[in-house]
Amino acid sequence: MSTGNRKTVTPPRVTIPIGPQHPALKEPGMFKLTIEGERIVDAEVNIGYNHRGIEKLAESKTHLQVLYLAERICGICSATHNGNYAQAVEMAAEVEIPERAKFIRTLTWELERIHSHILWLGVAFHEVGFDTAFMYSWRDREIVMDMLEDLSGNRVNYSMNTIGGVRRNVSEELRSSLLTRLDKLEERMIYYRDVAIQEKTFWNRVDGVGVLETSVARATGAVGPTARGSNVPVDVRFNDPTQAYVHLRDSGEFEMILSERCDVAGRAIVRVVETIESIKMCRWLLQNLPDGPIRERVRPRVQPNEVLARYEAPRGEVVHYLVTNGTDKPERWKVRAPTHANWVSMRHTLIGNYLADAPIILAAIDPCFSCTDRVTIVDTDDNLIESVPLDIMRVRANKWYRQNGGKF
Amino acid sequence: MGFLQKLINKARVKSPYVFHFNSGSCNGCDIEILAALMPRLDLERFGVKLVGSPRHADIMLITGPVTEQIRPRLQRIYEQMAEPKFVVAVGSCACSGGVFRGGYNVLGGVDQAIPVTAYIPGCPPKPTAITFGAYKLLEVLSKAFGVAEKKEKEEVPFDITAAQSEGVAET
Repeated sequence: MSTGNRKTVTPPRVTIPIGPQHPALKEPGMFKLTIEGERIVDAEVNIGYNHRGIEKLAESKTHLQVLYLAERICGICSATHNGNYAQAVEMAAEVEIPERAKFIRTLTWELERIHSHILWLGVAFHEVGFDTAFMYSWRDREIVMDMLEDLSGNRVNYSMNTIGGVRRNVSEELRSSLLTRLDKLEERMIYYRDVAIQEKTFWNRVDGVGVLETSVARATGAVGPTARGSNVPVDVRFNDPTQAYVHLRDSGEFEMILSERCDVAGRAIVRVVETIESIKMCRWLLQNLPDGPIRERVRPRVQPNEVLARYEAPRGEVVHYLVTNGTDKPERWKVRAPTHANWVSMRHTLIGNYLADAPIILAAIDPCFSCTDRVTIVDTDDNLIESVPLDIMRVRANKWYRQNGGKF
Repeated sequence: MGFLQKLINKARVKSPYVFHFNSGSCNGCDIEILAALMPRLDLERFGVKLVGSPRHADIMLITGPVTEQIRPRLQRIYEQMAEPKFVVAVGSCACSGGVFRGGYNVLGGVDQAIPVTAYIPGCPPKPTAITFGAYKLLEVLSKAFGVAEKKEKEEVPFDITAAQSEGVAET
């Protein structure tokens, strides 16, 4: 056979939509993956199914009411938004909360991190088809859920924080019972760390998959375990600590967990080792719990102020920007959730991988759509996608304003 | 009712396939549904199985207040389910809108978009409450299908006033 008329067959490009309802996704979101054969050549993220208009709703509620609304931004990291909003209002009101309240608030945050990371580990096991470990890790997650229930009274949406402190105290019996259960939890977590690293079923699926280089992670502004798995040292708990994290950092017993692997395995290791570190932090907090009141009275009307509160949520840095205007309601409240910062790097990690690896890569940033969905206006008249440089956009914007006279 | 139909109905009650749909929930209810399926409570012992496709499912579990963007998708997915189909609203948001009621982008309750068979309130409902709700639904279904097991003993109705007066007497 002559080689002259041989044709190179390129597999056709196919666009596969994943979502908004898909078994691999626990939440509504849509991904358009363009594939060539088995390789992903382009990825597009389309979200917004979960937009509930929380920021607008908050403007009609008092600070104390917003606290409970903020909690329901996300059910997995509820103490994050709840505590961070309380922290923002306290900053705006310029009050210092009691030491014991700071410790209990931090304890709730760290216990939540443990539960969130074990949840992620279970989901990651599930995504690679290792359902036995999924069931095991969720069984042991119940230990920390019980601890949170004993501490706050609810399994999810703890409502532990209030403006000026915390709502519930930790009794001596609860303290000793929490300490014994932390020991059990640590033993189990060390076991899961070994399973994640040594078990080939899991390791071979995540090793070298979804690579996010350190430079790209920096350039795309990744946060949390996604960035730390790519060896970018960003962790608000150590970089800019608030509450009892100041004492935790000053004790010198804890360190930021980093991995140089840059792949999904790196992100998994960071999360598992971080859970063990969190258990140690909880133990330190319980052992050094100071005495005193748990709540400081704060006037409901907060003076005009503008603050930015930061906290390291399980998924990365969460930022609450709050403008107060002298009334008991917020003037403007903006939430930057960690998943929002990680979307940009997502496209980069997907391209060049196999379609079969897409679920674990999507899961590796631990996406949380309910935190993330924002309003964006898209012109759907033509299907043309154009990328507009910032300066041209600015010129266009100025032209539009001249024509319309600044009227909206 | 023919023998075959009775057999099908009995099988339906014994192994309902559930399908989970998130219509703008905060994830709280979703992880509690998963926790109900996990080893501690193990909803699967009632034959309940979580499936990924609406076409395989008998019961749709919905969490979250329905957002404007998800409403047409929710209605389409509901239409894709095979008859007979049942909808369970899990959580306060799915029942009535919860804290998001009055927001510009939420409908406030699943019943605003599609018909609902059962409501499980709570923010979020505990896994035990979800298990109880699922069990109650199965009881109602078996009665509706005429395949309820005949009870050997007559069930004693729970008298709430008597229980309260006893409680008062104790304290």
